Amino acid sequence: MHPLLKMILQRIALGLFTLFAISLVVFLAVELLPGDLAEQILGQSATPETVAAFRAELGLNMPAHVRYLDWLVGIVQGDFGRSLANNREIAELISVRLGNTLFLACYAAAIAVPLSISLGLLAALLRGGIFDRVINIVTLSSVSFPEYFVAYILLLFLSVRMSMFPSIADFGSEASLLEMMYRTFLPALTLVLVVTAHMMRMTRTAIVNLLAQPYIEMARLKGASPARIIVRHALPNALAPIINVVALNLAYLITGVVIVEVVFVYPGLGQLMVDSVASRDIPVVQATCLVFAGVYILLNLVADILSIATNPRLLHGR
Amino acid sequence: MDDILLKIQDLRIEGRQGKTWFTIVDGINLELRKGEVLGLIGESGAGKSTLGLAAMGYSRDGTRIAGGSINFDGTDLLSLTEAGRRDLRGRRIAYVAQSAAACFNPAHRLIDQFTEAPVQIHGLEDKATSEKHARELYDQMHLPDPDGIGLRYSHQVSGGQLQRAMTAMAMSCKPDLIIFDEPTTALDVTTQIEVLTAIREVVRKFNTAAIYITHDLAVVAQMADRIKVLLQGQEVEEAPTEEMLAAPKEDYTKSLWAVRSFRSEPKPKPGQDDVPVVRVENVTAEYRPGEPVVKDLSFDIHHGRTVAVVGESGSGKSTAAKVMTGLLPPVEGRLLLDGNELPPSLANRTKDHLREVQMIYQMADTALNPKQTIRRIIGRPIQFYLGLQGKQLEERIRDLLDAIELEPDTYIDRLPSELSGGQKQRIGIARALAAEPRCIICDEVTSALDQLVAEGILRLLKRLQDKRGLSYMFITHDLATVQAIADDVVVMQKGRVVEQGPKEDMFQPPHHPYTDTLLRSVPQMEPDWLTRTLQKREEA
Repeated sequence: MHPLLKMILQRIALGLFTLFAISLVVFLAVELLPGDLAEQILGQSATPETVAAFRAELGLNMPAHVRYLDWLVGIVQGDFGRSLANNREIAELISVRLGNTLFLACYAAAIAVPLSISLGLLAALLRGGIFDRVINIVTLSSVSFPEYFVAYILLLFLSVRMSMFPSIADFGSEASLLEMMYRTFLPALTLVLVVTAHMMRMTRTAIVNLLAQPYIEMARLKGASPARIIVRHALPNALAPIINVVALNLAYLITGVVIVEVVFVYPGLGQLMVDSVASRDIPVVQATCLVFAGVYILLNLVADILSIATNPRLLHGR
Repeated sequence: MDDILLKIQDLRIEGRQGKTWFTIVDGINLELRKGEVLGLIGESGAGKSTLGLAAMGYSRDGTRIAGGSINFDGTDLLSLTEAGRRDLRGRRIAYVAQSAAACFNPAHRLIDQFTEAPVQIHGLEDKATSEKHARELYDQMHLPDPDGIGLRYSHQVSGGQLQRAMTAMAMSCKPDLIIFDEPTTALDVTTQIEVLTAIREVVRKFNTAAIYITHDLAVVAQMADRIKVLLQGQEVEEAPTEEMLAAPKEDYTKSLWAVRSFRSEPKPKPGQDDVPVVRVENVTAEYRPGEPVVKDLSFDIHHGRTVAVVGESGSGKSTAAKVMTGLLPPVEGRLLLDGNELPPSLANRTKDHLREVQMIYQMADTALNPKQTIRRIIGRPIQFYLGLQGKQLEERIRDLLDAIELEPDTYIDRLPSELSGGQKQRIGIARALAAEPRCIICDEVTSALDQLVAEGILRLLKRLQDKRGLSYMFITHDLATVQAIADDVVVMQKGRVVEQGPKEDMFQPPHHPYTDTLLRSVPQMEPDWLTRTLQKREEA
């Protein structure tokens, strides 16, 4: 078998195992929550009979390992159970919300990734100059503020004061793509401001670190222009760290947006998770946790595979 | 004269240290005719590379051309714009560097790097024409599989082949001048000869002028028409090669010529009943099961003697040292220390076992902790092995610094970064001595050093041996070093010992064929040595 293929299969197996371990952790964490779920949901006025009936319906009478296996088997078949709050299929509930979250993440990524990589390349090319310093200060300040602060500042200026964009990012089900992009512009912009600095600085550092390499001097001595040196000679060798930091930030765009979604009342997965925690809708909380974990693992897996695939030493054996 | 290609006048180059500028190259004049090869000789820090790069109008970060003029074929390089200089680089003046492995971009195929300058950078020809040219040049450089080798990446090609591929790359735009910066220094002698041959053939065939930078006199004698000697950025003297070899005028040049004359006195051979300090007995060692790197290795290191282990890179020399230190337990065979069996693994050896066998490394730069002062570096093994503290410890550190000929008051509180390469290697020696060992393994300890400095280290090791009765295992690929210091020689090839014996016998024929190849590959200080060696090869 090609060593690359073997490595990919190994990584996938490792990812699945990690996901399994996380499902265990999520389940156990919920088990450890104090109090009886049925009592808390039904409230103090509930009679013992109704509580017992409810427990039976939820399967809470069963031992923990049986419930865990049931849950796990269900998930493998795509069945996350039903929401306690509104009795809807969780899979259905999540898929809509996940779609929204993915839309926002892709929107932000489509702006942030090209922007930060080109800014990083430019900063590396013009290192030490005015542009480099200004872009460093700007991106560093944007990443230093907490995201809700950035979100509220944007709201204050672009929405409240200047009325350019709506403050609530809920777009209903029939909005056109353009409409959606307009309505979600502020949360997307917030996310872009938060993730750009990290990716841009990593791109710049990865490139600049390589510039002392003898093959870069060799390229200079062949008459290559500075731009050519950065793009053709340094960038291909800096891909692995750049891909990793991009993946990390993409994962953040999906799993870390909880606060931004809440600020803009955006109907995403994070919002759903926060609501479910508030209403003690435990099965939904468990399911969202698992989906977040899955996305995180998947993106890191892709990053690993890509950084291996861009390394000729691994791609082309001796 | 009309055919002058490069004329450098009163060139001054400065380097920056913090905020002050100091002189690297000081008032050098240089003239090179078309098709002529000039050898630049000097120790590291003499400004050879800086001067070579300046001939391309290039100065490294942290250096600047502070004065003088560089005229290339009628153009003043210093008055050109950066873009104007870039247009000459690669196209009319090309560069071949010391480490080909580091100078090829690991992300691109060799042939794409060949065609980059003529096709993408300078737009001289189309890709197909350039690739055809590449295959022809690969063939002329005697590279195996000239049609296929360009499709490989640099990690897939050996060092000697890469060096030839880099020379081919330098020829890609048919330049008028090539700067060769120590192109064979990192290679084994047997590989060096092939690279030298290929370079010489191609340079002659295309009538390319060249500046050949090296610290190896014997090499430059084969390549250059004229030789210029540099010392600390200044010219010492310049003369046609034969004249320079036959009758150097300046003392410094003479001292360079004399380095190779250092020889240790022959010692009485050990008696039959003498127990060797270290005995290696039928040792086989491997990193991966079933792939032995060292096979059935046996040799003795006697009291007060130096055993030189010689061979090319990959011959298993360093692995043998690893087995002796216990870092790599052998799969077969055993080690004896004073006739007693030594536990194979480091973990099972006593402190005394460890103390008896110490090691000095090739790269003193990486072997010394940059954050520790000399006092700590030398003091630590004294504390660890001998348990000395306070005043006694301080005295011992000072004694050791005296022993390695570094003034204790000056050096004891310095950091490694404040020392020169030779001084760092001396600290490495002191650290090994601190444990009061019987046997010291010296792994290529002089190969990263200039010849004069290396000779100083060899003489020091010799004196320490005479005074303290030390035994050395001396790993090297340099036969001149073997001549200088060895009492016994072990020749290794592909993990096996091909020949061993006292030095007096080893340098006399008859030899094992491999020993013969090694001996014959060592460049001699005669201008026609390479030519004669090649002729002999063809006859054979």
